[in-house]
Amino acid sequence: MLEKVRKVLPWVGLAGLVSGAYWALLWAPPAWDMSDVQRIFYIHLPCMFMALSLLTINFVAAVTYLLKPSWGADAMAEASAEVGLMFGLLGTTLGSIWGRPTWGVYWSWDPRLTTVAILLVAYAGYLALRKFIEDPERRAVWSSVVAIISAVDVPIVYFSVRWWRSLHQVQSSPQTVDHNMVFAFRWQAFAVLFLTIWFVWTRYRLARVRLAREVALPPELPPAVPAGA
Amino acid sequence: MRERRPPGLLATTFVLLRKDLLIEWRTRARLNALIFFALATLLLFSFALGPDTVLLRKNAGAFLWLGILLSSVLSLGESFRIEQENASLDGVRLAPSDARAVFLAKAGGNTLLLFGLSVLLMPVLVALYDIRMAMSVGKLFEVLALGCLAISAPGTVYSAIANNARARDVLLPLLLFPLLIPALMAAVKAMNLVLEGDPMLQFGSWVGLLGAFNLIYWGLGIVLFPRVIEE
Repeated sequence: MLEKVRKVLPWVGLAGLVSGAYWALLWAPPAWDMSDVQRIFYIHLPCMFMALSLLTINFVAAVTYLLKPSWGADAMAEASAEVGLMFGLLGTTLGSIWGRPTWGVYWSWDPRLTTVAILLVAYAGYLALRKFIEDPERRAVWSSVVAIISAVDVPIVYFSVRWWRSLHQVQSSPQTVDHNMVFAFRWQAFAVLFLTIWFVWTRYRLARVRLAREVALPPELPPAVPAGA
Repeated sequence: MRERRPPGLLATTFVLLRKDLLIEWRTRARLNALIFFALATLLLFSFALGPDTVLLRKNAGAFLWLGILLSSVLSLGESFRIEQENASLDGVRLAPSDARAVFLAKAGGNTLLLFGLSVLLMPVLVALYDIRMAMSVGKLFEVLALGCLAISAPGTVYSAIANNARARDVLLPLLLFPLLIPALMAAVKAMNLVLEGDPMLQFGSWVGLLGAFNLIYWGLGIVLFPRVIEE
């Protein structure tokens, strides 16, 4: 049953994205101050939202592992960090494509962009560390430590637009946005959410299989051939 | 027989720090290497910029901190390499000493070395980059001390990890440099204000950022480091 759900998820997500393209690109009204350029937001925000959520999950998995070691927590940490980094890169790329016509540059060193850049490089380092350690138990402990240290940046990224004067706009509230925009956005967000769950789920299973193979005892030696046979 | 109380956290830290400094003092190999390495980077930066005095003076703070950051990788890597011979770290753990004391001693030792290095580099900055002091020497030492503390706390945790992993020389900068960007930024800004004057009164906020960074990472280091070196 669960396996069936997992198989259906990506198709639900893809169908949501395709139909969401209609809501986001044609149906929702253009933004009053930046016209059609704003429509990239319908995919940029879900990506960044998933990235920050997944890295928060990564933090929770790391703390869980240190308090109560389990291979499940370690596999979850690996899966969430990898998918989170992917969405973070995707969202940042989309944002910088949007920045070119709006701000005039692809990249600017303002607080939000700087903290995001730190976040992406820090988690790239985290994933590199996981590749560099062979002993699965040590890898799990050390990468948990690095994950907790890296996670300090996650809330800073979220609040950076409120704490400092940033070029990046602050979070909008659904109350102040046209309800058609809110609908298109929610549609897209759910489509991306389904895809995210599928990615993490599949990546988690892969990590579990790899871990099981790593900690398994070596296979039995072939029985010795009796002398004279 | 009267039972002896085990030494407290601070006493253990002090003993371990003394041991590390003694090892360092007997050869002075690490400090010498650090000084020449940092000197070479400062020279390289000044050659890369060319003989423009105004430009050199404006960038002096940034180059000083880049020099210290690059040297810190050598210092941090070395601080656990000396423990690897004869599995000395296990010996220290079995003494028995509190793992938090090991962290405090290692991070404190690195801070002292880097602070010493940065003070020794100041005359070099005067000679190579023609810097002037706009604020008091006390403020300068405040920035140097806070910056070296900020590099040492996460650096000690990460070098303990990297020292036991494959490709340790790649891993330490890969993990450490992105993490240190905020501290580096704050230290460079504060340093430039010390050297060039602070008409907008920004010094306090940059030093505050450095202080907050130190609080977070020294706290995390004390909590997490024991898990790194446990067997």
